[in-house]
Amino acid sequence: MSGIPHDHYEPKTGGERWLNNRLPVLGLLYDTLMIPTPKNLNWMWIWGIVLTFTLALQIVTGIVLVMHYTPHVDMAFASVEHIMRDVNGGFMLRYMHANGASLFFVAVYAHIFRGLYYGSYKSPREVTWIIGILMYLLMMGSAFMGYVLPWGQMSFHGTAVITGLFGAVPFVGEAIQTWLLGASAVGQPALNRFFSLHYLMPFIIAGLTIVHIWAFHSTGNNNPTGVEVRRGSKEEAKRDTLPFWPYFVLKDLFALAIILMVFFAIVGFMPNYLGHPDNYIEANPLATPAHIVPEWYFLPFYAILRAFTADVWVVMFANWISFGIIDAKFFGVIAMFGAIAVIALAPWLDTSSVRSGRYRPMFKWWFALLVVDFIVLMWVGAMPAEGIYPYISLIGAAYWFAYFLVILPLLGVIEKPLPMPATIEDDFNAHYDPKTGGTHTAVKPAE
Amino acid sequence: MLRTVTLAAAAAMGLAGTAMAAETEVQITDYDFPYEGPFGAFDEMQLQRGLQVYTEICAACHGLQYVSYRTLSDEGGPNLPEDQVRAYAAQFETFDEELDDFRPATPADKFPQSALPEAPDLSLMAKSRAGFHGPYGSGMNQLFKGMGGPEYIASLLTGYEEAPACAPEDFPGYYNVAFGTGGYPEECIDEHGHHEVPGSWISMPPPLLGDDVVYEDGHETSIEEEAKDVTAFMMWTAEPKMMARKQAGFTGVLFLGLLAVLLYLTNKRVWHRVKHGQRDE
Repeated sequence: MSGIPHDHYEPKTGGERWLNNRLPVLGLLYDTLMIPTPKNLNWMWIWGIVLTFTLALQIVTGIVLVMHYTPHVDMAFASVEHIMRDVNGGFMLRYMHANGASLFFVAVYAHIFRGLYYGSYKSPREVTWIIGILMYLLMMGSAFMGYVLPWGQMSFHGTAVITGLFGAVPFVGEAIQTWLLGASAVGQPALNRFFSLHYLMPFIIAGLTIVHIWAFHSTGNNNPTGVEVRRGSKEEAKRDTLPFWPYFVLKDLFALAIILMVFFAIVGFMPNYLGHPDNYIEANPLATPAHIVPEWYFLPFYAILRAFTADVWVVMFANWISFGIIDAKFFGVIAMFGAIAVIALAPWLDTSSVRSGRYRPMFKWWFALLVVDFIVLMWVGAMPAEGIYPYISLIGAAYWFAYFLVILPLLGVIEKPLPMPATIEDDFNAHYDPKTGGTHTAVKPAE
Repeated sequence: MLRTVTLAAAAAMGLAGTAMAAETEVQITDYDFPYEGPFGAFDEMQLQRGLQVYTEICAACHGLQYVSYRTLSDEGGPNLPEDQVRAYAAQFETFDEELDDFRPATPADKFPQSALPEAPDLSLMAKSRAGFHGPYGSGMNQLFKGMGGPEYIASLLTGYEEAPACAPEDFPGYYNVAFGTGGYPEECIDEHGHHEVPGSWISMPPPLLGDDVVYEDGHETSIEEEAKDVTAFMMWTAEPKMMARKQAGFTGVLFLGLLAVLLYLTNKRVWHRVKHGQRDE
């Protein structure tokens, strides 16, 4: 499967041969598990395992929660309380599921920003990248719909706000919103379909996970140098790589154990810290919460949505050029989806032939600024849209787009890259030299 | 040891409010509760006292619709003997759909709903008022001081004060320095739109005055102690499995820590040949 030459599976026993002649599943498992992996991967390459584990955790806890949950506007809130109080271990299931969503997004953001820094999106890994972005979109959809299910105040009014965004689309907006909700307002039809889709989407994500892994197993992993594994012969490839099992499986599991320790501490000692208190009040269409705030993982994009108010010149220009069809609200919606679209387009917006940010002296700083920008947007997304905050969101949103649409294309032209190691083996040996018995140099791989 | 913090209510409470609420300041006292922190546990006696305050005072208006009487005998909760729970439940009437009539409640039934439509249910109050988030909505108060819903509730119960001179005599409600989302008289707002006094006017009359109950265990019945007791009880009604949850947290962290150590050593050993030579090529 992999383009990197390596030893293939040979059935050893009669039983294995019998099965493998009929269904080559053992060979598939072997090749997947033993895939040659660049031996210089650093600790930012652990998030894939964390994400896979979290998906499994969400599906397993979710399936059990569904056994006790009632998707009805009059009973949903009470059924969640039933889970918290009467179901054996129900409080742990629900808190793990709710905080599991946060773990999922911590991991996916680390994973995406790792890809952005080390140029994992560049040729030939564009398909892996695009599938990854699709999975991220589905994750956001699942998380949003899952948040509706407890039918608390934030569930209800958050849904009204978010589906209202589709109402901003000119001409067909109202029809789309009604179609999404199954009614003109948030109610039983919306709860029912969100429940159905919340159950469906994780399985689509699971399917895409397999395609995602298939794609990068075909191209081989990227690595912190961005230098390709040598593929001239098996021997050459072996000098650059190690089999995924046991080297990377153990490394990833160690990292996963540490991350799960933190996760369990949060679930055990502060499970409601990341949630919104208003969601412990049953949904009441007649009382709107003072501040409708999305969950933390949506905040950067929520900030971009709110950044483009009617007094911003681009919005005024768009309004004028479109004869008033594009108003501030619709512009905000376009900006929010656009902010994700530009991530998906990164492979074609980045003109630099150098993959890894490690050898791109100017890119490094712009990238660091993008990370800061993301955090600032997250913070400002939680703030009320008054005073100085809209200006901060506007600057943050502007930089987000500038990074992808201006800086990435330009840097490839004007930047002079640093010298790169010729091979992955060289990079690895610069840190751990097997010939001299391993003198640990002080230089740490850049994260 | 008690610190009182004044905060802008809109950022702090996240409660329903008007545009006026953005200016409202509230005074929240950081009361200490025995269940705070990872090692904290509910104090059975305190929960029983809180139940008494709830039953004799709050229950007149407020319900606990998600709480079953039987959970009063839960370990890690009030831990009342079962016969006492049965006797306790029997003093309430519950509507039985099969009988199509009212009958005395049994431990299997739930506490009644609120008697007054305007009195909110108290089952989840300690969690739904936890938005005590600290500067810039950062959650620092919750994280470092453990300040949340219980501090707010206890501060509200003890926060009734003489109405300030600026307010008209007939202004509806009761002045409370911890309540941020109630009515506020125009007369107490200065020309810059700032509120001259903290808090706002709440429609609930002061429920506690001090010495409202007689505790069987002889505990002090000052207004603060009563407020803390009933607040602790409300924390239990909101999070009845808190003890089991912390237990699970400890078990999880401990075993994952052990697993992490073992995986670290295994990983180090497996990689040793690759990193430090003697690898058969």
